[in-house]
Amino acid sequence: MKVKTQIMTKEEMFRSLKRVAHEIIEQHNGAKNLVILGIQRRGVPLGKIIKEEIEASENKKVPFGVLDITLYRDDLSTIGNAPRVNATDIPFDLNGKDVILVDDVLYTGRTIRAALDEIMDFGRPANIEVAVLIDRGHRELPILGNFIGKKIPTSKNEIIEVKLQEIDKKYGVFIVEKDSPVSNKKEKPKPTKKKPVRSLKKPVNTKKARKK
Amino acid sequence: MTVKEKIIRHLITMDDLTNEEIMTIIEEAKSFKEVLTRDIKKVPALRGKTVVLLFFESSTRTKISFELAAKRLSADVVNFSASTSSLKKSESLKDTVRTIEAMAADIFVMRHSYPGSTQLVAKYIKGSVLNGGDGAHSHPTQALLDMYTIYEKKKRFKDLKVAIIGDIKHSRVVRSDIEGLTRMGANVVLCGPSTLLPRYIEQFNVGVTYNVEEAIKDADVVMGLRIQFERQEQGLFPSVLEYSQFFQINRPRLKKAKPDVLLMHPGPINRGVELESEVADSVYSVIDEQVTNGVAVRMSLLYFLAGGKDEQVTD
Repeated sequence: MKVKTQIMTKEEMFRSLKRVAHEIIEQHNGAKNLVILGIQRRGVPLGKIIKEEIEASENKKVPFGVLDITLYRDDLSTIGNAPRVNATDIPFDLNGKDVILVDDVLYTGRTIRAALDEIMDFGRPANIEVAVLIDRGHRELPILGNFIGKKIPTSKNEIIEVKLQEIDKKYGVFIVEKDSPVSNKKEKPKPTKKKPVRSLKKPVNTKKARKK
Repeated sequence: MTVKEKIIRHLITMDDLTNEEIMTIIEEAKSFKEVLTRDIKKVPALRGKTVVLLFFESSTRTKISFELAAKRLSADVVNFSASTSSLKKSESLKDTVRTIEAMAADIFVMRHSYPGSTQLVAKYIKGSVLNGGDGAHSHPTQALLDMYTIYEKKKRFKDLKVAIIGDIKHSRVVRSDIEGLTRMGANVVLCGPSTLLPRYIEQFNVGVTYNVEEAIKDADVVMGLRIQFERQEQGLFPSVLEYSQFFQINRPRLKKAKPDVLLMHPGPINRGVELESEVADSVYSVIDEQVTNGVAVRMSLLYFLAGGKDEQVTD
């Protein structure tokens, strides 16, 4: 995996987020009915930055929650590993609210689809909009980003890496070429050939299966 | 082209999980506990999977706990009860589970009074087998929920003193608890009348004492075990009254533990025998929380096993 280019510096990221925050305020005529939900993991620090920007500008508290969509993913039955589950924490009522969903990269749209399903289990917001730092195209579902930091045309062989202080100890957005197995979780595993779901041959409870 | 093949995982004893996997299940259980506090207590993670509850022995909390855990993950749950089944027409255990499996079940939760029976069933079927208790052998999900309850409050296992008091001999819970807790670095001390302590149990890396005060002294966790009257041959201790005088966990004895001690019990409790009734309802008691945590931990486990964490590249 090699880094091709840096497409945003820290300053550019913050400038974009600031603009996104102000677009949200403009569209909503203030921050009266707003709540912000950050999608685990990188949507959380990004959402906080947007929330703080809105609060500073409007001089009003905006409720902030955290959404983990792992249990709502549509590929749980096809991928081998059970992905790690993070915390969901929405300590307020969503009914009748204007929800802004924040994530780092908008790609296939499947994460947002899962997030929509999860939000509906929490209540009935007045409306839901999506704010992302990067829109890289290649949507697989009819989902759109309402507030976008930067649009970047990409090929499917590339990965967009958003680096954030809280998680990666630095800021920056990079395009990375995909070759070997990649650590970035954003990438949906391609539906490879239908693999056998289970095998009779595999011995169970053997030393091999548990490797301590 | 590498093809990854899923390995079907069973959970028969704690030995089937690595330390790292135990920590994954415990840490993620917190997220599942959050699901239980929602208005809509359901997530679609196991949609389309079928969980069969094979209970050959009576159970209240384990069965309901597993059933709720599976349902809250959107799995389909099938209940099997031995008393109304074809076992009564002398169908063998093997044929019974094979028959149920033929109806496309993915995960089997099994309880049986015979030690090793779950291991046996695991050999015959393609789905995952989770041990819901087999005789006096093992009860790994109870150990996981006990460990989660401890970890939630103490944030660690290392160097905690865990005193387990009561009927050690007939308890499957204690065998799994010992295995899990000692591997994580806790100091486990067992206490009970000598007739209820198996011989050579010290070999499991645990302390043994016949003095209940000594067991409780400075303990971080005190766990009472039920006196299992139904498994007892006569004469293991002279009388219930005498047992409770010497071994009951009561207020004066619990004072000797650390001030932030947790009092645990896998249930069902014989009030006034192994636990003084007031102690069971005291501020130290996390017995009800153990039950709540049981659902969260079992959700975490079902999710973990249905995903099939372990993979092998077969090319």
